[in-house]
Amino acid sequence: MNESMNYLDGNAAAGELNRIFAFDITAAQGQCVQCGATRHFAEAHLYMTCPGIVARCAGCGHVLLRLVNAGGRVLLDFRGMNYIALEMPEDEDSGV
Amino acid sequence: MTWRTATIIGLRDETATARTLTLEVDDWPGHVAGQHVDVRLTAADGYSAVRSYSIASAPSSDGRIELTVERLPNGEVSPYLTQQVIVGDQLEVRGPIGRWFVWDPEQAGSVQLVAGGSGLVPLMAMIRWRASASGTASFRLLYSVREPSVIFYHEELRALSSRANSVDVTYAYTRVTPKDWPRPAGRIDAELISSATWPANLRPSVYVCGPTSFVEHTTELLIAAGQDRQKIRTERFGATGERK
Repeated sequence: MNESMNYLDGNAAAGELNRIFAFDITAAQGQCVQCGATRHFAEAHLYMTCPGIVARCAGCGHVLLRLVNAGGRVLLDFRGMNYIALEMPEDEDSGV
Repeated sequence: MTWRTATIIGLRDETATARTLTLEVDDWPGHVAGQHVDVRLTAADGYSAVRSYSIASAPSSDGRIELTVERLPNGEVSPYLTQQVIVGDQLEVRGPIGRWFVWDPEQAGSVQLVAGGSGLVPLMAMIRWRASASGTASFRLLYSVREPSVIFYHEELRALSSRANSVDVTYAYTRVTPKDWPRPAGRIDAELISSATWPANLRPSVYVCGPTSFVEHTTELLIAAGQDRQKIRTERFGATGERK
């Protein structure tokens, strides 16, 4: 686990993630594949001083998500979460 | 989420190093207290820089937002926003952003705000929204600053806190205190948490905003004082150099 204080919260990634998803992922809950903790993505530790963004579990430090903008493409690696759970507005009918 | 054109319609110095920009944003969809925007500056040669700044103003329907920007000594964007821009200049903004670190007047229960330095900005949006919406939630603010001269919105906080049923403000000075101040200069400690924040049995919603080390330190003290980790929401800044 990276013990440095050089990180922000997951909420700081909302601007970048809002470019991709229809809903604010930072307010969603996700489960860490390593320690099994379920937390809001906004609580993750976010490292932005690297090329792109790396989010780590606030509990165990495992990498939850990586996002890189390169050559007109966004590369998004969601490897560290088993699932994410989104609160959807009541008037949204999925049709499923 | 699209970039919108924002025109600077007002500038106000808060301290020697911080300035509030009032922006009129094209087709601004409105925001809730605690959200931030990304600001993009593009130079003539095409080089662009993006920084996040919290919205300081309460939600309103007039298409205007206020950002308070602290100038950082080696910053790339903040010196420009605090020293160079003039009324009439245009910027690009994207937002509002974030649905996590937010407070809504319909939210029940008491509220504990804890700010470190310019971390006050998103909390001020909550205080202002509570005041403009005639909210009834019981608000307390514990505001840690280096010295009296760097307090943001000092007069406004004084006026608001002197009203009945408003926000109760406690200042913590880390380097220099006002004359005859009862508490010596120093970081927030367990004693101050116990005297200046809502007791844990009230189950307040807690919002902590400041530099990462400040957020770590105060969150640990709040949890040690019995606050429920689930009720504490944090917003850290610092790693990108220019957050807030």
